[in-house]
Amino acid sequence: MNNIISDETIDYVGILAKLELSDEEKEQAKKDMGSMLDYIDKLNELDTTGIEPMSHVFSVQNVFREDIVTNGDDRENILKNAPAQKDDMFMVPKTFD
Amino acid sequence: MENILSYSAVELGAAIKAGKTTAVEAMEAVLESIGKKEKEINAYVTVDRERALEKATQTQKKIEQGELTGALAGVPAAIKDNMCTAGMLTTCSSKILGNFVPTYTAEAVLNLEKAGAVVIGKTNMDEFAMGSTTETSAFGVTRNPRNTQYVPGGSSGGSAAAVAAEECFFALGSDTGGSIRQPAGFCGVVGMKPTYGTVSRYGLIAYGSSLDQIGPLAKNVADCAAVLEAITSHDTKDSTSVERGDTDFTSALVDDVKGMRIGIPRDYFGEGLDDEVRTAVLAAADVLKENGAVIEEFDLSLVEYAIPTYYTIAAAEASSNLERFDGIKYGYRTPDAEGLGLHNMYKKTRSEGFGAEVKRRIMLGSFVLSSGYYDAYYLKALKVKAMIKKAFDDAFKKYDLILGPIAPTTAPKLGESLSDPLKMYLGDIYTISVNLAGLPAISVPCGEDAKGLPIGMQLISDSFQEKKLIRAAYAYEQGRKERA
Repeated sequence: MNNIISDETIDYVGILAKLELSDEEKEQAKKDMGSMLDYIDKLNELDTTGIEPMSHVFSVQNVFREDIVTNGDDRENILKNAPAQKDDMFMVPKTFD
Repeated sequence: MENILSYSAVELGAAIKAGKTTAVEAMEAVLESIGKKEKEINAYVTVDRERALEKATQTQKKIEQGELTGALAGVPAAIKDNMCTAGMLTTCSSKILGNFVPTYTAEAVLNLEKAGAVVIGKTNMDEFAMGSTTETSAFGVTRNPRNTQYVPGGSSGGSAAAVAAEECFFALGSDTGGSIRQPAGFCGVVGMKPTYGTVSRYGLIAYGSSLDQIGPLAKNVADCAAVLEAITSHDTKDSTSVERGDTDFTSALVDDVKGMRIGIPRDYFGEGLDDEVRTAVLAAADVLKENGAVIEEFDLSLVEYAIPTYYTIAAAEASSNLERFDGIKYGYRTPDAEGLGLHNMYKKTRSEGFGAEVKRRIMLGSFVLSSGYYDAYYLKALKVKAMIKKAFDDAFKKYDLILGPIAPTTAPKLGESLSDPLKMYLGDIYTISVNLAGLPAISVPCGEDAKGLPIGMQLISDSFQEKKLIRAAYAYEQGRKERA
């Protein structure tokens, strides 16, 4: 494997991804990511000098519209999906003391 | 009356219109079929019998009153479980959305309902559409109805299996890298991915937003065209939705390919392609040739770069799109959240809620977007994407269509794919570049291997040329019938 993923890198990516991996999962992730990056490195065979990165296949412009509310108040049903709620609000675990 | 389940969607619609059967009878027949087969196939995550029968009853009334007259009025349909359905569980086959009941319905599903189709329930899929076998679902694997020891393909494996097992008359799927076409090929049904932007993504739970597109899985090409016609719309709620005028797709059901120029990429028939698949796909090309199409081999180029490009872009977009699953407003939250602090609550919730393949792609995506690696990986992939699009542009200067296989092999056995992700990804080689270039493509059954597993042929056209695809696929279907 050409891409050796260090523990520091996996921990850093874990922070970015907001994922907590067990030691076993971490080892697997290091292996998986290393082999995927080896494979992705194949793209370096191509000379892309002067080529514009293409994020969208059609040349669409930003789409604007008037800021008018068209959907109704559906608070009750929306709150039904909340893991926890109190007084018509989403309840979250205590975040600071 | 003959077995109603063997009707195509359009045949059923016509029979209901003619008063030979009703939307309710059709729904009862489908629910009975589901009752018999689901234990073995597991195509559905959710079947809402009561609601389905109630909607069928309402629809039948509207048909009788002349309010609903379309080709699909009264026809029972299955919806992939990544499209929101108001009041009906929508899980994306993930534990993290295991209890999610949307408050709104995806635009594509609304369009279907406007056309009179009746939703049966939600079909199984790879978790968040990440996978090629429907084995990464949190709700069990779906089995291939043609041989239950094999996978149905994925990620729309539940939709393909439901159509193949006569557990619905047609289904909607979504296709990010082949997720409609490949399971259609593996289960022996017709599947179509339209041009990017043709069908609204509003209410489709996002995976790779620049690649995702909703499309039909159906028993034949005519059904596929009718469903696509019904779900296509310009939707201001999806800013990538395209306004297009030529959406009367059923008008392209013409048995005539005379003079149509079809290119066969040599790069699609090289190493790694199973011999039986090669033979069947080339035989399909012969059928089109006998009917007057002009077939020619050519070099498409860049084929081997599509997979690394795709997995970089799709993983990057996935890592961003899936940030919203945080255990706050809906979905799963870790049971011992109190006292963890906000960030640890997020982390624990997501780590417990997502499966292995989803985590793998989120990690990869976070890495390729991270500072220091963004240019080398993500930007590089976007540049190669531009090159791949150009290769297709060049090909479509010479050809109306490109013809090739859907996948290098027929369906793999259950349990044999997930241990080697990279090998599984390689199976997407013929489907993936179509999504990168935003093109439409259709998968049509073209034979079976020695084990009796279906083989699929893929036709690809330039953007907005779905009618050419439909015409050629229809002509092939008719030509093959005549031969048999």
